[in-house]
Amino acid sequence: MPISERVARLRQQSQEAIPTLSSERAELITEFYQQQLGPVSAPTRRALAFKHLMEHKTICIGDGELIVGEKGPAPRAAPTYPEICCHSLEDLDILHSREHVSFAVSPQVREVYEHTIIPFWRGKTIRELIFREMAPEWKSAYDAGVFTEFMEQRSPGHTALDGKIYAGGMEDFKRGIERSLEALDLGTDEDAYDKQEQLRAMYICADALVRFAQRHAAKARELSRQETDPLRKAELERIAEICLRVPARAPTDFWEALQHYWFFHLGVTTELNPWDAFSPGRLDQHLYLFYWKGMELGTLSRGQAEELLQCLWIKLNNQPAPPKVGVTAAESNTYNDFAQINLGGLREDGSDGVNDVSYLILDVVEQMRLLQPSCSVHVSEKSPDRFLKRAAEVIRTGFGQPSVFNSDLVVQEMVRVGKTVVDARNGGTSGCVETGAFGKENYNLSGYLNMPKVLEVTFHNGLDPRTGQRLSIQTGDPGQFDGFEDLFEAYERQLNHFVGIKVRGNNVIERIYAKYLPVPFLSLLIDDCIARGKDYHDGGARYNTTYIQGVGLGTMADALAAVKHHVYDNRTLAMEELLDVLGADFQGRERQRLMLLNKTPKYGNDDDDADAVMTSVFDAFYDAIDGLRNTRGGRYHVNFLPTTVHVYFGSVVGATPDGRRSGRPLSEGVSPVQGADRQGPTAVFKSVAKMDHVRTGGTLLNQKFSPQLLRGEDSLDKFCQLIRTYFKLDGHHVQFNVVDATTLRAAQENPEEHRDLIVRVAGYSDYFCDLGRALQDEIIARTEHQDY
Amino acid sequence: MVKGVVFAVKRFAIHDGPGIRTTVFLKGCPLECWWCHNPEGQAGEPELVIHGSRCIGCGACVDACPEGAISLNDTLTVTDRRLCTVCGACVEICYAEAREVAGREMTIGEVMAEIERDRAFYDESSGGVTFSGGEPLLQQEFLLAVLEACADRGIDAAVDTCGFCAWEKLDAARNYAGLFLYDLKLVDETRHRELTGVSNQLILENLKALSRTGHTIILRVPLIPGANDDAEEVRRIGEFAADLPALQRIDLLPYHDTSLEKYRRLDRIYPLTGVRRPSVERMDEVAETLRGLGLTVKIGG
Repeated sequence: MPISERVARLRQQSQEAIPTLSSERAELITEFYQQQLGPVSAPTRRALAFKHLMEHKTICIGDGELIVGEKGPAPRAAPTYPEICCHSLEDLDILHSREHVSFAVSPQVREVYEHTIIPFWRGKTIRELIFREMAPEWKSAYDAGVFTEFMEQRSPGHTALDGKIYAGGMEDFKRGIERSLEALDLGTDEDAYDKQEQLRAMYICADALVRFAQRHAAKARELSRQETDPLRKAELERIAEICLRVPARAPTDFWEALQHYWFFHLGVTTELNPWDAFSPGRLDQHLYLFYWKGMELGTLSRGQAEELLQCLWIKLNNQPAPPKVGVTAAESNTYNDFAQINLGGLREDGSDGVNDVSYLILDVVEQMRLLQPSCSVHVSEKSPDRFLKRAAEVIRTGFGQPSVFNSDLVVQEMVRVGKTVVDARNGGTSGCVETGAFGKENYNLSGYLNMPKVLEVTFHNGLDPRTGQRLSIQTGDPGQFDGFEDLFEAYERQLNHFVGIKVRGNNVIERIYAKYLPVPFLSLLIDDCIARGKDYHDGGARYNTTYIQGVGLGTMADALAAVKHHVYDNRTLAMEELLDVLGADFQGRERQRLMLLNKTPKYGNDDDDADAVMTSVFDAFYDAIDGLRNTRGGRYHVNFLPTTVHVYFGSVVGATPDGRRSGRPLSEGVSPVQGADRQGPTAVFKSVAKMDHVRTGGTLLNQKFSPQLLRGEDSLDKFCQLIRTYFKLDGHHVQFNVVDATTLRAAQENPEEHRDLIVRVAGYSDYFCDLGRALQDEIIARTEHQDY
Repeated sequence: MVKGVVFAVKRFAIHDGPGIRTTVFLKGCPLECWWCHNPEGQAGEPELVIHGSRCIGCGACVDACPEGAISLNDTLTVTDRRLCTVCGACVEICYAEAREVAGREMTIGEVMAEIERDRAFYDESSGGVTFSGGEPLLQQEFLLAVLEACADRGIDAAVDTCGFCAWEKLDAARNYAGLFLYDLKLVDETRHRELTGVSNQLILENLKALSRTGHTIILRVPLIPGANDDAEEVRRIGEFAADLPALQRIDLLPYHDTSLEKYRRLDRIYPLTGVRRPSVERMDEVAETLRGLGLTVKIGG
């Protein structure tokens, strides 16, 4: 069905609205914190802050909108969170003027920051507290680019919602809270008072969101009174009715269900700025009953359902990721806030989850071609071929969506770490590729770890060659090592050392959030926070995972394969000479660089030697991290995704033994080094499948296909079979860029004409022209699988 | 142990038969078509291929060559192919990958190991292996042995042939190959002789005989402007094909000149200069003509 005039207009507004930085939330939160509240617990303080926001933030109902409400005071007006990270005037100026991912900062906003926000928050933010509390060894490793820290300017998130809100509204949540409060025993439970505070805080938040919806209802009524067009008048009346029903009570139809979710989304992302926004998760599962019922009763047509979904898509696209600064901006430099909607997969009884709404949403994705939300298809052995093929058709249109996940493996990953099979089947992936039990898990990404930097430090016996500074323990002079095993053991010791530093830092940061910034609203939504009377940040969730993401696996595999091959196995290059060549960044040593680049086994070619090195790098990372305990009663696990950090990490790593020059991007996700895979996609899939994906919480594989390769029905079938085979080999995820290098180069030269060109970056899509030059080049360099 | 000379193994070949396939290119061809896009497949023996643009002029190959066939002229290497024995010493030392040998002797076991690598993909897609070239039947003994090995392991095999060989050879391959991709360039004999170096009588007879056996055949017709794209020739090709009793379809392959660079790398002259890729409209037109004769036609492989 063609897009309606309404949707076309709203979509265009969303696309054309210039992202601005709004000071409204910052002003409201400052106003709230300026009050003297007397003795008040952290959860209560945060609940009252949330209430203040819900009662005073601007209510937006745009012309023609069917789903209403914005995170900021207008579409694409991004609120800020000064209690976590207070932007300095310099930050604001950078955000305002930087070439990519900028946010317009008006003189008024700048003034409010200068006179109100900054003076109040300076020295009082979580970000400053975190940096104050971190040990010197943490700071030097962080500054050197060995790892990043997710929580220094955004709160722990990376979670998605399950189906519970479609069966119950805030009234039901409040009854749950009351039951938990009644069950508290102040006489025997030493934590009972803390739990009581937490539960009461949740109660305040439940009411606050209902109040927020009522304010939308009032606004809709007001607009309706002024409206002269009878059709729009009726719509506004309906919107008012919906906002009086949800989120207080469970939705009764498709429209209500979408608006219901949207209020929860706004609540979570206004309370704090959790990573990966928030996501409805398995939206086709959640909506199916409403869809079926509406169609059955004749109260809903497919076209109406489509239009309502399109309106939700526009709402999600209206919310740019919170304006980031410093290293975090470099690691995740995008407007995309990673709300990932999962389609297909399995139902909780293990049967196929694909339904009519799955196809409907794929149509919406294809029509809307928006940056956000991102959409993924989850393919199990049981998924019909028609579903995968329909997804392939959308992929073929070339804007990086949907990405494709192996739901059988995703379930296995969760069951391996102790989640119940039902919770696993109700889960999926969020953010880029992160596995989680939706609605029941706090699974944070805590930071990226730069594996090639650790190798560089190993080569220099604990020193950072860029600065000459000592970063780590001494593990020996590589020139004295007897064999490859010695080098690898030294690398493992360095890796363990840095993981130790990172984990000690995380343990402090997790407690900082638990003690000072609880999230009583988000806690309402994630089981079993209400039952346990505990906050989401404090171990309230049923499952509590902390992930550390390995970056540069391909670079590591090729670098170590080169050392093994040339230094130890064939003795074509002595270690001292290799270090010399790397130190010189191959200046005047082009022959050696080419030898390392071309005469070495490379990961990604189904070459067992190179792939064996990759699996040992994988195992070392896994062994260093998996199973460590976090502060929330859960454990650490690994995953492999980069967002855009492989560019930043590459910029702090000198030349590597795979022939990569100093400062160039590292490989991303579990993909081979850009251009190193020369045997086509089957070889890439075989190589990548040699790691044990089931022991991760997600791996990210990028493939670039030229459009010619997907032309015709027959090619599309083969494309689907290619994906199916990768999943039979236990791959976790794959995504495709279907755009030729010529187009990308043209876009680089004439960005003005290619503003709408969306490409897959790393677990998310982005506007090509919003990417930095280095990342653009890197995407062009990724092997484009050609037709033979 | 019988060995074959293989000049390429391409994985994820999706235009050489059903499903996802690996194509094994055997070296040596009895034809010398002007438009040949695998010139490195024509000669039976290994050949030196030089990628001039990759050369960094380091001169390592000059020292490595035992025959003194390479000299350095400023920063450009010059290779005297008359002296070259294709020993591969220069290839090994050329880190820039400017030099390679096309054609490697391989045992059945080595070829099967390559084929086996993508078995999971064949199984999922009902694909398999395709033997192409050159002309694979020129290495008959090796081809039959490797076809038999595929049959033993349950891997579907197809043979891409020009059909210029004794009927017995084709007949023997028939025992193992499930599908023949059979090239048909021209029905006009004079022009065939002129443009490929041989008469097409044997090719046409073999095609008829093969077709009579009922074996699955996909006819591959390259459409080369000025050579076989005139109305008369298209009609003759169509009529010939329409008379064949067992033809699955015709793959109509548009000519492309992307192999120009390959000739340069072999220090050979590309005979077909100035010919452009046929337009999409022309391809459609020819396909329609053929379809008018009751044939199933697919543009592209």
